[in-house]
Amino acid sequence: MTPLWRRRTTRTQWLVWIGWLLGALAFAQSWHTIAETTEWDFVWDAPTQAADMLGRMWPPRWGYAPAILKPLRDTIDIATLGTLLALLLATPVAFLAARNTSPHAVLLRPIALAIIAVSRSINTLIWALLLVTIVGPGVLAGILSVALHSIGFFGKLLYEAIEEIDPTQTEAIAATGASRAQVLIYGVVPQVLPTFAGVSVYRWDINIRESAVLGIVGAGGIGLQLNASVSQLAWPQVTLILMAILGAVAVSEFVSAKVRAAII
Amino acid sequence: MLRLTGLAKRYDRSDPALAGVDLTVPDGEVVALIGPSGAGKSTLIRCINRLVEPTSGSVVLDGVDIAGLSASGLRAARRRMGMIFQEYALIERLTVMENVLSGRLGYVGFWASWFRRFPPEDVRRAFDILDRVGLAGFENKRADALSGGQRQRVGIARAVMQAPALLLVDEPTASLDPRTSRQIMQLIVDLCAERGLAAIVNIHDVALARHFAHRIVGLRKGAVVFDGPPQALTAEALTAIYGAGDWAAATDDA
Repeated sequence: MTPLWRRRTTRTQWLVWIGWLLGALAFAQSWHTIAETTEWDFVWDAPTQAADMLGRMWPPRWGYAPAILKPLRDTIDIATLGTLLALLLATPVAFLAARNTSPHAVLLRPIALAIIAVSRSINTLIWALLLVTIVGPGVLAGILSVALHSIGFFGKLLYEAIEEIDPTQTEAIAATGASRAQVLIYGVVPQVLPTFAGVSVYRWDINIRESAVLGIVGAGGIGLQLNASVSQLAWPQVTLILMAILGAVAVSEFVSAKVRAAII
Repeated sequence: MLRLTGLAKRYDRSDPALAGVDLTVPDGEVVALIGPSGAGKSTLIRCINRLVEPTSGSVVLDGVDIAGLSASGLRAARRRMGMIFQEYALIERLTVMENVLSGRLGYVGFWASWFRRFPPEDVRRAFDILDRVGLAGFENKRADALSGGQRQRVGIARAVMQAPALLLVDEPTASLDPRTSRQIMQLIVDLCAERGLAAIVNIHDVALARHFAHRIVGLRKGAVVFDGPPQALTAEALTAIYGAGDWAAATDDA
């Protein structure tokens, strides 16, 4: 006789089915709520509206190009300098936060983790809102807000990379009679360098996209022109600006892919 | 000369890993440390250079009690003890030369190690040692580009680069094939003879231990249960170290 084998007991099988049933009911309920609170006249009208807007957006206003060159350069500057500043500030924070390199696990490590958490939980745009009131509108506010948000991103990914290093390599360096600082630069840094470089170019790539909207709140860059063009209903200009941002993002993705391939 | 007295180590809430080991190793002697997994072999050699802090007992190398040293005194003492690891423990992304020169880190300052500006004398010695271990011309290869045997030769070169009085060798052949294992053991024994180094070699392979060591120490449950020349390692002695088994193959070799 063939022995009986089932993946789940009858009881768990029933629980799984009940789980699916509850999920389906929740989905139906949500669908119902969304449908009731939607103005369906607008939704049915959407394709016409979209086609109309596309018609007004095309062709792009090429003559506007000289006016966005400087803001575009500002945007890239904000992303690049913000990323560099963040890297500079986040590297020590990461070494303080990593369990295996933190000089003081009880006091300094929680402080480093708190810096990372605060930085990460406040969006770049919110940092920009705050900084425009503090340092005034302009590129500086943009650079600082990109940097402040990126510290958390860098700090978290870098300290996780530091915690995942091979401990026997650092043990071997310590066994030669090297000092703590020498163990760090000779045993730890070479192991985390590829991650540092990869994470840096990846964040730079993200920051180019983020700094493109910072101008909306006055923190410099092409976002100011984008916002102004939208409020003036100057749709051909909006098209040109979106194309410029797309171009910048494509270039940054290309560069970061090249860098990452080169350092592994 | 290395002298261990009552060396003990207890990790949290468990049986002691080392239960009071007394051992004296004169200059130039190669001691093979054998015993079952978990007998405390690794703990023993790590207590000597204090990668593991001993719970009690003393470790005296050439008159200096290592167990009582401050952090800076310990760093100075570690320069006299070269360590060789099972998985080589090279800095994989650095070159062979950088790995060999890391044996001098205890002698150079922070910025010199940052910029890899080692004294010319160190560089000259590094080339000599690379030549001696059979890796002439490999100085600019990255460690992760080498085979297992070549990596272990770099590990040996790094340890010898320290100009140590003692080699602590932790399972040097466990990741290597039989032929390479014998070559590596031969190299370690030859270097010890040339430079008058004492060595403690943790090793699982009893036949290799018998063939290469001057003296064999058997460890069981953190205590020395055998200490004698390879010829004295009889089937009874092996049973005392590892427990009952068929030792015909392991004792034939003698």
